[in-house]
Amino acid sequence: MSVYFEEIEVGTEELYGSFTFTEEHIIRFATAFDPQAFHLDHTAAEASHFGALCASGWHTASIWMKLYVQHHQKLQMAARQRGETPAELGPGLGFKNLKWIKPVYVGDRLSYGSKITAKRISEHRPRWGVVTCDNWAVNQNGITVFEFSATVMRERRP
Amino acid sequence: MPRLTFEDFKPGTAMTYGRYAVTLDEIRAYASEYDPQPMHLDAEAAQRSLLGGLAASGWHSCCMMMRMLTDGFLTNTSCMGAPGVDEVRWLKPVFPGDVLSMRHTVISVRASQSKPDRGFVSFHFEMLNQNGDVVLDQRNAIMFALKDMGAVA
Repeated sequence: MSVYFEEIEVGTEELYGSFTFTEEHIIRFATAFDPQAFHLDHTAAEASHFGALCASGWHTASIWMKLYVQHHQKLQMAARQRGETPAELGPGLGFKNLKWIKPVYVGDRLSYGSKITAKRISEHRPRWGVVTCDNWAVNQNGITVFEFSATVMRERRP
Repeated sequence: MPRLTFEDFKPGTAMTYGRYAVTLDEIRAYASEYDPQPMHLDAEAAQRSLLGGLAASGWHSCCMMMRMLTDGFLTNTSCMGAPGVDEVRWLKPVFPGDVLSMRHTVISVRASQSKPDRGFVSFHFEMLNQNGDVVLDQRNAIMFALKDMGAVA
């Protein structure tokens, strides 16, 4: 929404768009951050319980962040075009209950989204709000493969 | 060193390992692709942000930790991946020039009820910077094959 904390409504759902996991991208990510055989090598992955090459769970999570930022930056740009000063996104404080429910295989197309579940004003930094949201990714067959609950700082209206 | 399986993880045992030198180039490269917010890309904007200086994306910190886990012990185990993460807390920003390392404790172990070939080991992971500050605190279970299952994961 890239609206200020005051305008964020509990219960609001947002869709962030989709991302297709290619073999090249899965292997490149895993080579850098999670070089386990089932994320790198077809033969090893086929012999594993995954049955085929699949993305690192942190790759699935990183793409959530990518689409979340992309979504908000589009809204910030639209606000600037209207002559408004858009709200800043603040840093995240952490997350809970992250679940890698199903493997993400080569060619899978995940659609990401989020729902605001709670909001409060920061005790330590009263210029900022603290917002909690439930986030997910659904694959091309409509199956939820990934979810987590995040807590992020959001700017209050100056 | 023998390959570790589920049976080798004992509650209460701790381990320290890893060395990850964080560079400005890597912070910017990750942020450009996955988290292109000014506080991870632009020194001036970052100075004005809550982070107080250009710092790594929290998800990048998780990825750096994963790399230390993989190199530090997982590739030498019967690891079958992880079902999820109970909790991550980003306690301090990770800055260029930081040198990170890992400490973990095994909290509990549990054989799978539904799949007899594997078990879950619950860990408390802490990623530390060069000053000994915990920058990231993570709790999660990892799945490992049992010794006799011949899993090739």
